[in-house]
Amino acid sequence: MSETLKNQSSSPRLELLNITKQYPGCLANDQICMRLMPGEIHALLGENGAGKSTLVKTIYGVVAPDSGQILWDGHEVEIKSPSKARDLGIGMVFQHFSLFETLTVAQNIELCLSRSQLHSIGDLAERIRDLSATYGLNVDPDRFVHSLSIGERQRVEIMRCLVQSVKLLILDEPTSVLTPQEVAGLFTVLRKLSSEGCSILFISHKLHEVTEICHNATILRGGKFVGDCQPANETPATIAKMMVGDLAEQDAGYEKAFGENIVFTAKNLSLAAKHPFGTTLKQINFELYKGEILGIAGVAGNGQEELMSIISGEDSRTLKNTLILDGRDIGTQSAGLRRRNGLAYVPEERLGRGAVPEMSLSENTLLTHSRGFVQSGLVNWKAVKEYAKSLISQYSVKCHGEFSEAKSLSGGNLQKFIMGREIGQNPKVLICAHPTWGVDVGAALAIHQALLQLRDQGAAILLISEDIDELFLLADRMAAVCDGHLSPVVRAEETSIDQIGQWMAGTFINESEQQEALA
Amino acid sequence: MIQVQARTEPSTLMTFASPFLAIVLTLIFGSLLFTALDKDPLQALHVLLILPLSDAYNISEMLVKMGPLLLCAVGLALCYRANMWNIGAEGQLLAGALGGSTVALMFVDSNSAFAMPLTLLGGIVSGMAWAGIATLLKVKFNSNLILTTIMLNYIALYLLIWAVHGPLRDPEGFGFPESALFSDATLLPVLSDSGRVHLGVVFAIVLALFAWFLLAKTHLGFKIRVYGADEPAAIYAGYNAKAISWFVMLFAGALAGLAGVSEVAGPIGQLTPNISPGYGYSAIIVAYLGRLHPAGAIVAAIFLAILYMGGDLAQIEMGIPIAVVGMFQGILLFFLLACDFFIRYRIVPLREKMA
Amino acid sequence: MDIDLITQVLFAAIKTGTPLLFIALGEAICEKTGVLNLGQEGMMLMGAVVGFMAAYGTGNAGFGLLGAMIIGMVMSLIFGFLVLHLGANQVATGLALTIFGTGLSAFIGSGVVGQTITGFQPLSIPVLSDIPVLGKVLFSHDVMVYIAVFLAIIIAFVANKTRLGLTIKAVGENPNAANAIGIKVLRVRYLAVMFGGAMAGLGGAYMSLVYTPMWVENMTAGRGWIALALVVFASWRIGNIVLGAYLFGLASIMHLVLQGMGWSISPNLLAMLPYVATIIVMVIISADKYKEKLLAPRSLGKPFDPRQMA
Repeated sequence: MSETLKNQSSSPRLELLNITKQYPGCLANDQICMRLMPGEIHALLGENGAGKSTLVKTIYGVVAPDSGQILWDGHEVEIKSPSKARDLGIGMVFQHFSLFETLTVAQNIELCLSRSQLHSIGDLAERIRDLSATYGLNVDPDRFVHSLSIGERQRVEIMRCLVQSVKLLILDEPTSVLTPQEVAGLFTVLRKLSSEGCSILFISHKLHEVTEICHNATILRGGKFVGDCQPANETPATIAKMMVGDLAEQDAGYEKAFGENIVFTAKNLSLAAKHPFGTTLKQINFELYKGEILGIAGVAGNGQEELMSIISGEDSRTLKNTLILDGRDIGTQSAGLRRRNGLAYVPEERLGRGAVPEMSLSENTLLTHSRGFVQSGLVNWKAVKEYAKSLISQYSVKCHGEFSEAKSLSGGNLQKFIMGREIGQNPKVLICAHPTWGVDVGAALAIHQALLQLRDQGAAILLISEDIDELFLLADRMAAVCDGHLSPVVRAEETSIDQIGQWMAGTFINESEQQEALA
Repeated sequence: MIQVQARTEPSTLMTFASPFLAIVLTLIFGSLLFTALDKDPLQALHVLLILPLSDAYNISEMLVKMGPLLLCAVGLALCYRANMWNIGAEGQLLAGALGGSTVALMFVDSNSAFAMPLTLLGGIVSGMAWAGIATLLKVKFNSNLILTTIMLNYIALYLLIWAVHGPLRDPEGFGFPESALFSDATLLPVLSDSGRVHLGVVFAIVLALFAWFLLAKTHLGFKIRVYGADEPAAIYAGYNAKAISWFVMLFAGALAGLAGVSEVAGPIGQLTPNISPGYGYSAIIVAYLGRLHPAGAIVAAIFLAILYMGGDLAQIEMGIPIAVVGMFQGILLFFLLACDFFIRYRIVPLREKMA
Repeated sequence: MDIDLITQVLFAAIKTGTPLLFIALGEAICEKTGVLNLGQEGMMLMGAVVGFMAAYGTGNAGFGLLGAMIIGMVMSLIFGFLVLHLGANQVATGLALTIFGTGLSAFIGSGVVGQTITGFQPLSIPVLSDIPVLGKVLFSHDVMVYIAVFLAIIIAFVANKTRLGLTIKAVGENPNAANAIGIKVLRVRYLAVMFGGAMAGLGGAYMSLVYTPMWVENMTAGRGWIALALVVFASWRIGNIVLGAYLFGLASIMHLVLQGMGWSISPNLLAMLPYVATIIVMVIISADKYKEKLLAPRSLGKPFDPRQMA
């Protein structure tokens, strides 16, 4: 779809001139210039670490630039704080929402308003209901945020900006947490805002979305401005080339595989949530075959975390005759014993869970891989170091050496290291959560290759991801979770993004309940 | 102008230099304080720091104080490495003294070769039991370890006072709240004729070296470090969190209990209400000053023992209240925590802000 | 048990609970912003000794209160600087504050040990104090008891009904988000820490000006720690803190009850009661791990460093 932009002739709403920001050891923004017109939907594109977040935080007053100018409606301004930004009419929806779960929607919104704004609004709850109806946001001011889904929370953040009558709305990767259907709803709201003259700065790395909704795009790479374009005139491939440079190869389609022998089974897995904000798992059944990747899609917080921790044994509650690994009931085993029986796990959080931040890579190797390195309780550190070195070179982990602290590595390199460590234990089953989240294209490619290689060696991989594109790329069979239910499992080439998207929204739950009722 | 800047990697140099810098700053602060109090600062520092090391007798007394400090601190260092906030070394020490004394008083008229080992065992087991209560409450009921161990410190103190006023009081002691004197067979052997340095001091150093070995070379030690540095990672890796909690707490309890029984069966020779001038609390500072490393704890324990000795001497020689020791300990920990800032940050000249 | 004994016990329970109430109120606000200050015992002792010395020196107990609040704030500022500006570990810094305060109070107070002053006298509220039993239990206390209750009401109002209360809650739940929407996280935390210091100072002054009234080394005997347990017990709710403070007060004077009932138990064993009661209470309230996690301010004990915001 091609967007047309009115008001082309009017003066720019926001202009950035030579914005520069230096962090220790990293030039996050280098002389960046950008211009936004009223009503324009402008994409800010770039790889992780390209400097997008720093730039928008500069505009929103969270980060102070070292040099450069910001012009707002043609006047130079210094945006010292988020409240100053809000006074100007700039609103921002953060990637990791800046909401307070123990407060209500109205209280969350109130905290962002100055006393005078609050005064001029009068009845805040009423205003929220009005705007909610106007834009179809469906936000209830009296609900507590912890009871809201991810999509609803995002709408609260947008509402927070609307209440202040924003002239510029910044959205940081707004679609990465939504189902495809929710994304469509979001775009409707954005188009309406745009038509009313509100400028929108849209950060994304999903190129098809950018081409769908944005008028113009600015592309950053390594903290530098590398170009701009009108997405409507480009293809995702041409934009991608600008984002990552010429060196990057795109993931081509991979060949699908079919496993034959069952290696892992989850039978009637039901489990009460451990805490009130958790998800209860309901009657989950699936099998993993040797030599296949089973992809599980779903919006965060629908039971993925609970599913992984009960399978891996991190959740120490025992289940009988529910989790079968290679013919053995592992439901009563400790996490350590499950590992020794052939289960490996790449968790979502690399730093702080998959690796100890303050420990060296060799120590982090020993974290899960102790076989052969410990004799009668004593650690053979020399052997651990040698092995860590071999992992580093085999998976081209960029670091100073095996003595480097885990936290000194970039996300992608640490993920390659963790992936290598887990694969190095020759697992029968690998659980892998969001493997390429926040990872640059080169590392993502390497991680994909490693997963496929492990699959081809005969291991079974349970791949859990919010990135539906990645799932379609890698998974041989697919399913989705919603509210603790698991959808039917289907072959990847026999389903579509649309069907999986509907399953993510839970359409299968009613179907299955109806079937149960009929049966 | 200057500005603070985060280091890309923590500074190893500052990690080691920080305790010494903190000591220097504490001494400077102390000098100013003494000046303000009209005491000659040089003389005060001399009495506090040099006099305790001036002759063989003073050195031996200093080592006698170092023993319990080191024993408690090594146990605490291990606990803190595992992120177990055990503040209960004082109570565990008192429990050890009480339990050990109970055993020792069975051997008042005996020359049995078992008297001393059984007394020590009684102390160790009592210390472990006292630490075990807090651990049980933590592991089983999720109680706040800091608060339970503190409460158990007070409870142990009153238990001890009750015991010396009641069941363990010397029937021939004219009503003084003290136990009977232990028999010679119960007492820890003294290492040299000139001082009071006893076997307990040797235990302390040997156990500190053992703890060092444990942390650096064993898989268990590695698991303890992982558990303390990053609990989610330890759970992810499948380590048994409860077992680690139990191990460090019982180890610390055993060491503190040994410290307590070594006091009553060592330099004191009987159970009295005042067997510890707060060794268990000072051990927290020793553990920190020693960078939670058993070898560092040896050095730090010597320093704090000197300060204790110096405090005694300063009271006698210069009329400075003994409370100054406690105050210095607090200031020392403040300065240490402040200096540790520079492990992660450095001060650099302010860059010209480009306009 | 006769009615006189009950009256006396309840009267003493309120009096004993009052210093706990002061400290717990301050610490609750501090913890609501995410800062755990384990230095209560140290600040309280300093409040006690400075309050006593100021009252002793000026002959005016009001100056004693003022001095106690000021020293409490000064002490809390040391803590605040280390924890908030230098990012030091909150547990270790709080312990250091307690060790420091214990030593310093003993040091500066050595000259006034054994001295006495006339502290606050009981203030019989006319008419109300003539009600049988209740009049004695509730309406014949010294003015500090009423100040504590009055402060609790104000604090409850601010915490639950005002924007300031909302801000405090937001900072304690998610300081990064609060920073992102423009709340000055460190400023809020500094103020809360100082408020906690002033309240701990008041709690200490109550001990040395009213409760005993004199100064003895270590006279607070762990009340700072018990108040910390009280905050957890009360689930950070002000109403529960008031109730809990008097309950803890009651537990602390159970030996009066037992002696009154003619039990002969060693006073040394009875002295353990408040500590044992604290442990029992903590076991009961903490047993449900997730409930406590839910109620506690989410960022409690975790440092927030605006320098790290990238």
